[in-house]
Amino acid sequence: MISQSITATAIVLAKSAPRRRHRLPVTTTVGVALLALLILAAIAAPLLSGHNPETVETARVMGAPNALHPFGSDVLGRDVLSRVLFGLRVSLLVALSSVAVATLIAVPLGLIAGYFGGWLDSLISRSLDMLLVLPALLLAITLIAIVGPGSTVAALAIAIIYLPILARVMRTSTLVVSRQEYVLGSRSRGASAWRILSSHVAPNAIGPVIVQASVLSGFALQLEAALSFLGLGTQPPTPSLGGMLADGRDVLTQAPWVEIYPGLAIALAVVAFSLLGDGLRRALDPTGVAS
Amino acid sequence: MTASLALDGLSVGFPTGALGDPRIVSAVDGVSFTVASGEIFGLVGESGCGKSTLANAIMGLLPTSTIITGSARVHDAEVIGLSDAALRQMRGNTAAMVFQDASTSLDPTWPVGDQIAETIRAHQSVTRSEAKEKALALMTEVGLTDPSERYGDAPHRLSGGMRQRIVIAAALANNPKLLIADEPTTALDVTLQAQILQLIDRLRVAHNTAVLLITHDLGVIAQVCDRVGVMYAGQLVEVAPVAELFANPRHPYTRALLAARPGAQSGAERLAVIPGQVPDLSEEIAGCRFASRCPRRIDACAVTPARVSLGDSEVACWNLPTGGTE
Amino acid sequence: MTALLEVDGLTKTFAAGGPPWRRRFVHALTEVSFALEAGRTLGVVGESGSGKSTLGRCLLALSTPDAGSIRFDGADLGSLSRSGLADFRRRVQPVFQDPYASLDPRWSVGRSVREALDVFRIGSTLDREQRVRELFDRVGLNPELAERMPRQLSGGQRQRVGIAAALATEPQLIVADEPVSALDVSVQAQILNLFRDLQRDLGVAAVFITHDLSVVEHISHDIAVMHLGRLVEFGRASEVLARPQHPYTRSLLAAVPPAIPTRTHPHN
Ligand SMILES: Nc1ncnc2c1ncn2[C@@H]1O[C@H](COP(=O)(O)OP(=O)(O)OP(=O)(O)O)[C@@H](O)[C@H]1O
Ligand SMILES: Nc1ncnc2c1ncn2[C@@H]1O[C@H](COP(=O)(O)OP(=O)(O)OP(=O)(O)O)[C@@H](O)[C@H]1O
Ligand SMILES: [Mg+2]
Ligand SMILES: [Mg+2]
Repeated sequence: MISQSITATAIVLAKSAPRRRHRLPVTTTVGVALLALLILAAIAAPLLSGHNPETVETARVMGAPNALHPFGSDVLGRDVLSRVLFGLRVSLLVALSSVAVATLIAVPLGLIAGYFGGWLDSLISRSLDMLLVLPALLLAITLIAIVGPGSTVAALAIAIIYLPILARVMRTSTLVVSRQEYVLGSRSRGASAWRILSSHVAPNAIGPVIVQASVLSGFALQLEAALSFLGLGTQPPTPSLGGMLADGRDVLTQAPWVEIYPGLAIALAVVAFSLLGDGLRRALDPTGVAS
Repeated sequence: MTASLALDGLSVGFPTGALGDPRIVSAVDGVSFTVASGEIFGLVGESGCGKSTLANAIMGLLPTSTIITGSARVHDAEVIGLSDAALRQMRGNTAAMVFQDASTSLDPTWPVGDQIAETIRAHQSVTRSEAKEKALALMTEVGLTDPSERYGDAPHRLSGGMRQRIVIAAALANNPKLLIADEPTTALDVTLQAQILQLIDRLRVAHNTAVLLITHDLGVIAQVCDRVGVMYAGQLVEVAPVAELFANPRHPYTRALLAARPGAQSGAERLAVIPGQVPDLSEEIAGCRFASRCPRRIDACAVTPARVSLGDSEVACWNLPTGGTE
Repeated sequence: MTALLEVDGLTKTFAAGGPPWRRRFVHALTEVSFALEAGRTLGVVGESGSGKSTLGRCLLALSTPDAGSIRFDGADLGSLSRSGLADFRRRVQPVFQDPYASLDPRWSVGRSVREALDVFRIGSTLDREQRVRELFDRVGLNPELAERMPRQLSGGQRQRVGIAAALATEPQLIVADEPVSALDVSVQAQILNLFRDLQRDLGVAAVFITHDLSVVEHISHDIAVMHLGRLVEFGRASEVLARPQHPYTRSLLAAVPPAIPTRTHPHN
């Protein structure tokens, strides 16, 4: 799955001479709108929920959805809607910050490896390859086993998992761009490596990384949920989507709403990210001939 | 004789300019001509006169913001305004194009041989190994020595001329009914150029392919074309059978173009150029677009000249010279 | 008169694919030697894949040869100091083959022309703008086009932008790889005349790589013929064209297409 998206982004880059600008398709607009909605909901969680997500209300254990609690209540009688909103907040924060951190490190690494080549490339690429061969979840669990669970650690683990993928995409696109004649021209016009990298190579090579990062944000959200589900990510009583899935699993038949709503939130967020990634891919493929 | 490609009043405008000053670059203006099956039609004209834009319009490769009017029919099917999916089906199958920018139309990360094989597999039901076989045969045909060694090379490992030939091989892969070749031999020396032109000619004979050959090289035109269209600043100023065009150029621009050939003036210290500049296509230009540079300008030129037939050729000029020489 | 450029025994080999135990090599350049005096033009011709572009990249110090030396104005390229290299870059400028790949698609073409002036901090910002306009004029482009993006120009217009960029620092040597092959005859003539004028006015020397003999004929003082990575013929242009020695040169001269139509036309 991941290696597939790497080749796909490489092909996007192949047509990097902008010639054609696309009107964005409906799916992208839907993706962007959905994501904006989810982020807004997460930011405005305290205003929207009207309940404290951590307040235990024994009288309403597994209460069915009603006007006051539209998503019902969970095994401890906590309001599911406010838990979903606050959980979304944590999940999005972890997903976005982990991918952002990974991107910030991956871009310079990929640029250096791709542009300078030689031993620098070997050093960077080999080190990143070592990270890449380890199964993602195993890596995260090992790290958490060492440092202890929590959402910051989860974010860090996810960043480490995605760093080599993003760096590799950046390296490939840097390789391609650095062979363009305008880069050779700039070199023979005496521009320094720093100048060439920052003004020619990076702007022309970053596209595929942005696409990849937005797709990975969706995966990161799933990964955070998985870690929290296993009790390795966000720690109770702080609500998290993954944690709620774990809670709801035992009462699936008696109170399905405890499971369904956080699951739905995860699914929506993942779909939104992938639609966004798809739209960016089209927007950044200027010729439109690649597809 | 069926027309494989028929253009009727095709015009292309690119919106440009600043926010307060929107302009439209009129890159192609009312071009009409037909190319019959089995015919090689050459298109010449000064750099920037809209040749590539015309080709891209036919293949549906212009930005969506572009304003296209008129009609372009490929095998009697209108292509202007076709959906993306329909265009994709047409490209590489019914109609193929050799792009002017050979290196950017190749994927820099893929082996060149695979790129040809992919094109074959996209439109023909063949196995992977059959496609590879065909790709290798095509690579031999375009004059690449030891193709099996070159098959796995990434584009940057090839020289400019080799890359150009890979692009040609990919365009010929599916025996298209219409081939649009935009400056296909610019990077090739005369010997290879002749080989490629023969290859295109063989395709024409074997599959009755219509060929629109865009080039600035009048030598190429002379070698393979049946008829020639001359463009100036977005307009078609002359269409003539090739022998007629060289023996009897009618339009003042065609004459100036023929006179500027380096081969036509060997020994000259300075090469003849056409004085003046191409008009700014984002301005409204009244009348004949060549008028500002034309030695035969008269008052009537302020009105767009109509196209008149003279024997086999058609010319758009108010003040045609009489006789073959001037 | 000492030579501006001396090339001696230049050799470059590429490892080209194949598994490590059966690695194939491409000998792009084998023992190439020649010299070029200031203000002269050397036309380099040769078959596709004969190593012309590789030679050009070595001369521009963009590629390091495996063996042999290049001396520019007496200084060996291989042992230039940092400031020596900067000076070299200012005095030797490239023009490339592909007008589509030689301009940054995200930069206005005016900015591309200004790049070298910015790098070397030549003049004030206003001077640079002025110089860009002059350069556009010099290569026969309307200075208004400076604000356009490359994709908004035709191939020939872009190639002229590339030449304008090369002229910005008033170099002593221009290494041009197929600079006119994308141009139509009238613009080609303009550019060839431009090269002549530059030579006359500024004394700029040029290595002019091309596959087109009629172009070489018009602007070269000397001609070098490459074949399979070797320099097979070198001499005064008039000599080489009048008495070609190598079979490839002869075949090139023999194959110059006639300027009049030769085919029989089925549709006439
Ligand atoms: N996207 C665009 N926006 C604005 N103007 C454009 C655009 N594309 C092309 N043009 C302009 O349209 C005109 C025609 O360009 P085109 O590339 O078709 O010329 P051409 O005949 O193929 O030239 P060449 O022989 O140099 O390749 C040029 O003046 C060019 O500047
Ligand atoms: N980076 C590279 N890796 C591997 N082989 C290369 C590389 N660059 C060039 N070559 C090979 O070196 C040989 C010479 O190439 P070069 O580009 O110098 O030819 P050229 O004379 O410029 O040809 P053309 O007229 O087609 O541009 C070719 O066989 C080419 O495949
Ligand atoms: Mg063109
Ligand atoms: Mg070359």
